[in-house]
Amino acid sequence: MSSIAHDPAHGHGHDDHAHHPTGIMRWIATTNHKDIGTLYLWFSFIMFLSGGVMALTIRAELFQPGLQIVQPEFFNQLTTMHGLVMVFGAIMPAFVGFANWQIPLMIGAPDMAFARMNNWSFWLLPVAAILLIGSFFAPGGASAAGWTLYAPLSVQMGMGMDMLIFAVHIMGASSIMGAINIVTTILNMRAPGMTLMKMPLFCWTWLITAYLLIAVMPVLAGAVTMLLTDRHFGTSFFNAAGGGDPVLYQHVFWFFGHPEVYIMILPAFGIISQIIPTFARKPLFGYASMVYATASIAILSFIVWAHHMFTTGMPAAGQLFFMYATMLIAVPTGVKVFNWIATMWKGSLTFETPMLFAVGFIFVFTIGGFTGLICAITPIDVQIQDTYYVVAHFHYVLVAGSLFALFAGAYYWIPKWTGHMYDEGLGKLHFWCSMVFFNVTFFPMHFLGLAGMPRRIPDYAVQFTDFNAIASVGAFGFGFSQLIFLVIVLKCIKGGKKAAARVWDSADGLEWTVPSPAPYHTFETAPVVK
Amino acid sequence: MTHQIEKYFVPEPSRYPIFGSVALLLMAFGAVFWMNKVSAGPMILALGFATLVYMLFGWFGQVIRESEGGDYGKNVDVSFRWSMGWFIFSEVMFFAGFFGALFYVRVIALPDLSSLDHQQFLWGDFSAQWPIKVSPGSIVDPFTPIGAWGIPAINTLLLLTSGATLTWAHWGLINNNRGQLKLGLFLTIALGLTFLGLQILEYAHAYSELNLRLSSGIFGSTFFMLTGFHGLHVTIGATMLIVILLRVMKGHFKPDHHFAFEAVAWYWHFVDVVWLFLFVVVYWL
Repeated sequence: MSSIAHDPAHGHGHDDHAHHPTGIMRWIATTNHKDIGTLYLWFSFIMFLSGGVMALTIRAELFQPGLQIVQPEFFNQLTTMHGLVMVFGAIMPAFVGFANWQIPLMIGAPDMAFARMNNWSFWLLPVAAILLIGSFFAPGGASAAGWTLYAPLSVQMGMGMDMLIFAVHIMGASSIMGAINIVTTILNMRAPGMTLMKMPLFCWTWLITAYLLIAVMPVLAGAVTMLLTDRHFGTSFFNAAGGGDPVLYQHVFWFFGHPEVYIMILPAFGIISQIIPTFARKPLFGYASMVYATASIAILSFIVWAHHMFTTGMPAAGQLFFMYATMLIAVPTGVKVFNWIATMWKGSLTFETPMLFAVGFIFVFTIGGFTGLICAITPIDVQIQDTYYVVAHFHYVLVAGSLFALFAGAYYWIPKWTGHMYDEGLGKLHFWCSMVFFNVTFFPMHFLGLAGMPRRIPDYAVQFTDFNAIASVGAFGFGFSQLIFLVIVLKCIKGGKKAAARVWDSADGLEWTVPSPAPYHTFETAPVVK
Repeated sequence: MTHQIEKYFVPEPSRYPIFGSVALLLMAFGAVFWMNKVSAGPMILALGFATLVYMLFGWFGQVIRESEGGDYGKNVDVSFRWSMGWFIFSEVMFFAGFFGALFYVRVIALPDLSSLDHQQFLWGDFSAQWPIKVSPGSIVDPFTPIGAWGIPAINTLLLLTSGATLTWAHWGLINNNRGQLKLGLFLTIALGLTFLGLQILEYAHAYSELNLRLSSGIFGSTFFMLTGFHGLHVTIGATMLIVILLRVMKGHFKPDHHFAFEAVAWYWHFVDVVWLFLFVVVYWL
């Protein structure tokens, strides 16, 4: 990549007079990208724990057949809200938090392009969270239509569904503003000399992700708006008796939904592409092909949505098109996995916690990618649609993919954020517990799905008992393992070994030219990249 | 690649965003309560809307002061250009969702409903046509659709003319001809408001005489949602144009520094183009 000439004493000598309100108003009124990044990250962690409690309640109920802990209606609310909270509350805001902290530091910008709007993008999220979590207490409870909110079920729900619809609107507005901010920052505020093709890959993946967000979040807003008018204002979008079609909802939703899954994985690819070269002590193999692969995945994501709908009754030509288009995505994804492995090839590898999570990511995410290919094959998908096989598949890409990459990135950059090294021993413990318990939880779900266990049910036939019991034990292990992460982060904020400016000895990039912790204001004068 | 010789403007901490968040929280709860017949709903919604208006006035007022105070250099100007472009792209995608729904219903859903399978098992005498005057489940009273060559054609002319007068006003601004700028803006706003007035008349006509309602099956759904959201955007665009006119009266904008004007002009042309699509696929074909 690029070589960087930057005098550390030059660009950030102003932090000694960082003037901002103190106390709670510092966080409410802040226009500082580092403060806002921190807010995003804490918010997402709180939502991660909330969604996790829902998941553990689900797994507790499924520990054995029969109904023990929750009523079926509440169980359905839990599966619905677990999905929504994890997707919109945990994974997406966490990546935006990384973008806020890292993108200005990585491209040598003083802040995000629109610092006040950046604040609003964040502070809309607690509003959406109040609506989401609050909907549990509405008459009739939270939405139980599944996170995809399929009509006609979602047309029939109570007040909780309306709260959810407005929460989706507000989260969409937050995402669009955040994405516009990121695109503008990257396109307009790079340090002199940093051409697009010299940019760190994390910035590239976020640029493309932000484009996807701007393109599809409005479509989701349209889908839930149609839902709202069907519910309350007598329209017939999803009502066949009025000339509409419930399947129309699925088309509009998945036109959003498929790019959405890449919104949740592309920044993860970016984080992994920063970490692997550092700990392999080699430059990233195939930088340009990584950029093109990311862009190809983004473009393909717009023409594969109906692979979520193979069982809705589609002409054979449509099934073939969506099947082949979907399988095509394996090509750019394969390029990425190949490049990561080629980067490690003959490198001087060490396995600190970020690298452990990154290598773990490659291993487990690739399993999720392969099961994705299996799901893409229409005749197989018809058999496994709405079974636990699908649950296993998307948890392999979202937990072992997005979440593991988030952990990798958190360990990689937290010394830069706090100025202290994290506890390496506890970090390794966190990795191994997460890795083992993750597989104990989700690997058996493949077998359950192939054996025919449907998803989104509180009870099941007795022959599924053993694998469910194993999965539930794994889930509790995985859930409690995350408390190790909380302890590590709190310890790291309070103290620890002082981190150097260049925390990792062969780390490359502008963020390593500023001291640790990064001063409140950085790069007020742009560095020059050669 | 622009070279950052000047310092990029980073604003001080601001309280406006949190007001915006509180406003949307109140509006969301107000709307939910209203739709579910909780009596406090309209009050909470109104309170939220008032907070939002306060926030918009304060926030945009501050941006205008910063802009006129010379805080925004060339780099900030480029940021505004990128962001407005991407914002309009997001709006295009919002409308694309509704247009997509219309095309899906006309090309796939309705022919399917009148296919042999459905005739055999569901609605025997339903045959697909557009505009669909009787819904397949007969849950909709018969209605008459609105023809393209009455008010909609006049409205097309109005909006196209308003695009021209706005460009004429822009030329006036660039050539420092403030009279032409003011007249052009005034004409644009007048044409926009006339458009809205005619659309209100058209809606009243549809409800009172044609029996065409939001609840008139899928035709009413797509017709009112598409034209309604477009009308909402014309309202927003006209409001922004009025703000620009008031700023022009106060002497704001220079021939080489007036992105707020251009942003609103871009928005207005976008609304114009959406209308052309509406005219062709909603009213005409």
